[in-house]
Amino acid sequence: MTARMKFLIGGGVIVAALAFLAAVGFQESRAYYITVDEYQEMRDHLQGATVRLAGEVVAGSVDRSGQEMEFVLGSRAGSVAVRYVGSAIIPDTFTDGSRALVEGHIAPDGEFLARRIEARCASKYEEEYGDRTGS
Amino acid sequence: MADFGTFCLITALCLSLYALIAALTGASRPRAGMVRSAENAVYAAAASSALAFGALAYLLATDSFAVAHVAGNSSRALPLFYKITAIWGAHDGSMLLWVFVTAAFSGIAVYQNRSRHRDMMPYVVAVLMADLSFFLFLNLFFSNPFHRLAEVFPDGSIQPFLPADGYGLNPILQHWAMVIHPPVQYLGLIGFLVPFAFAIAALLSRQTGGAWIRATRRWTIMTWIFLGAGLVLGGKWAYVVLGWGGYWGWDPVENSSLMPWLVSTAFLHSMIVEQRKGMLKVWNIILVMLAYLLGIFSTFLTRSGVVSSVHAFADSNLGTFFLAYMAAVLSVGLYLVYDRREDLRSERRLDSILSRESAFLFNNLILMVACFAIFWGTMFPVFSEWVRGTKISVGPPFFNSINVPIGLLLLLLTGVGPLLAWRRTSLRSLGRSVRIPAAAACAAAAGLLAGGMRNPSVMACLALCAFVAAAIVEEFCRGAWARRRARGESWPKAVANLVGRNKRRYGGYIVHFAVVLMFAGFAGNAFNLEAVQRLETGESMHIGDYTLKVAGYSEGETPNYDFGRVALEVFRNDARIRTLEPERRMFKTGSRQVTTTVALHSTPKEDLYVVFAGVTGGGRVFEIRANVNPLVYWIWVGAALMVLGTAIALLPDPQAVPGP
Repeated sequence: MTARMKFLIGGGVIVAALAFLAAVGFQESRAYYITVDEYQEMRDHLQGATVRLAGEVVAGSVDRSGQEMEFVLGSRAGSVAVRYVGSAIIPDTFTDGSRALVEGHIAPDGEFLARRIEARCASKYEEEYGDRTGS
Repeated sequence: MADFGTFCLITALCLSLYALIAALTGASRPRAGMVRSAENAVYAAAASSALAFGALAYLLATDSFAVAHVAGNSSRALPLFYKITAIWGAHDGSMLLWVFVTAAFSGIAVYQNRSRHRDMMPYVVAVLMADLSFFLFLNLFFSNPFHRLAEVFPDGSIQPFLPADGYGLNPILQHWAMVIHPPVQYLGLIGFLVPFAFAIAALLSRQTGGAWIRATRRWTIMTWIFLGAGLVLGGKWAYVVLGWGGYWGWDPVENSSLMPWLVSTAFLHSMIVEQRKGMLKVWNIILVMLAYLLGIFSTFLTRSGVVSSVHAFADSNLGTFFLAYMAAVLSVGLYLVYDRREDLRSERRLDSILSRESAFLFNNLILMVACFAIFWGTMFPVFSEWVRGTKISVGPPFFNSINVPIGLLLLLLTGVGPLLAWRRTSLRSLGRSVRIPAAAACAAAAGLLAGGMRNPSVMACLALCAFVAAAIVEEFCRGAWARRRARGESWPKAVANLVGRNKRRYGGYIVHFAVVLMFAGFAGNAFNLEAVQRLETGESMHIGDYTLKVAGYSEGETPNYDFGRVALEVFRNDARIRTLEPERRMFKTGSRQVTTTVALHSTPKEDLYVVFAGVTGGGRVFEIRANVNPLVYWIWVGAALMVLGTAIALLPDPQAVPGP
């Protein structure tokens, strides 16, 4: 067998093993990514799945009085009530009007149970001042 | 000054287009004067871009809030230093930085080669200027940072608008690491333009024999280290500013910079094979083309809003142009490779599976798989939307599940590769040379097992680290020992001479050693601890070996922000070691955003990482989050060592025979 053949076989085995690991990891970590606008229409379809939901925190909706935090994510077309059931501290960037990404699943009554609220990276702030300064 | 800036951009665009046309004309019917004229136009375009960059810096320094970019990213209270760096605080200014770096690189590359590689230079100039024209065009027409603010009145008339103060620079960008991270990252993302331009020029001018690789070896290595340093600085920034306790989250923006790093790491290794053995010629051109395109892809991802709206810079209609440009580069490049395939014939075949060549091939294969997997995971939301209409995204578990084994395989190759001889190695001689490293790995594994370690991938990682480190140390010792015996040099002198005589090789070993340190740091991740607690003054919390006691709370003010600060006394195993003061800052301008400043007690063994997350209970209860992150220290040490090793490899080698 030539060295080239051996390399191709060895490489094939490595790639196949890694592809298998990737497939397993993919099954574990896939999540449907939707916006508030799509929520109503996708709701029944996504029962039981991990969902990441993007929207804007509706001003004045954040209620931190109880053990769990509740708030509403909104958009131009709709809104979704979210209950945060995670244990991590809420990032500072999470305030009225900020854009947020929450990860969790949909409760049967339509409420969204979030396990995680994502802190955003600096390159994602553009629009805030973009709106104000729009030339 | 704003008009001057726009004028400079227009001038630069005209000059670069002229240079492009002149270079191509000069090449097609050989006219040296025409090519010289094109090269001069490159210098002028570079100068013009630099002036535009200077103009924006001046506008920011002088608080010219009539300009939208200044009003949106600066304010009177901002320290001068941050005013200048606010150039890259937003999309349009960072595009100008991109243009400036591209133009400067083009000028330097042309100047360096003014009396060499005359056959290739017209094409080099053409490629450089095609790229620069493209970015100048985007900068000028879609993201001009010199636009003025205007107010539209109800009657439809438009008047200039001058706000009293600016909106301020995004607070989380006000940090030293964020000041240098973007420029360093850009140097790394843009730099592959030059090796790519030489590769294309070599194809067009039918220069075989890897002239382009020799001409651009230093560019490649320099760009590679800038890219790596940019990634580490970005991680450092995320670690100390974002305050979530980690440095890497497989975010699309992060992934987009990691991909060209992986490809260029592959290229760095495979270009050695072409230089030594005349193999992999087609492959190297494809790699450099990919490194260049992924650099552009990275800026495309952050600017176009393709991946997801929350992850994007402002949505803009730049996306289509980027896609068209990348498609054009890819098709021209691939066509040229196909057309010149006869010139790119391999001079040798692979002799044996147990050889240095084969180790390099496996290294390339694995790096490319990593890059492909990251690309797939990052772009999956887009692909799934195309195919099935729903966006499906994948999270960190996907990236970890594939990249942890890949990292381990690469670490193994880092250890074994240098022990293999070129052409072929017998199993017996390989067995001899792995004796000491293998013993070190077994000792490390046994030590970890005895210490109660049960995590298999961490065990494998640390044992492999011991393997690679031992192999490198053995290599240094053996070389130094030979010098000592032959010339009677002292140990330090023998080591210094050893490195000095073959800087490429030993610089490379130092970089490998740095990789070992960084992997040890990554392995520490498996043992991170986290604790969150609400505390009043006098109360304390525990995490790992540490006890944190709230000693007091103070408030204060700077022109830029108000701050609240908790003083925490830190005890380790009941002995008081220091006071940590995590801070919350409330910025006065713009979004009035609150940021946290992480307080860090960093030791080689572990970092104690404390965030003051909030105040409740009428200002008397402080929410404190503490993390213990083992071995993170070694990531930064490894990164510094990597820069050092690369610098050594870049120094001119007195023994090296200069290329023809």
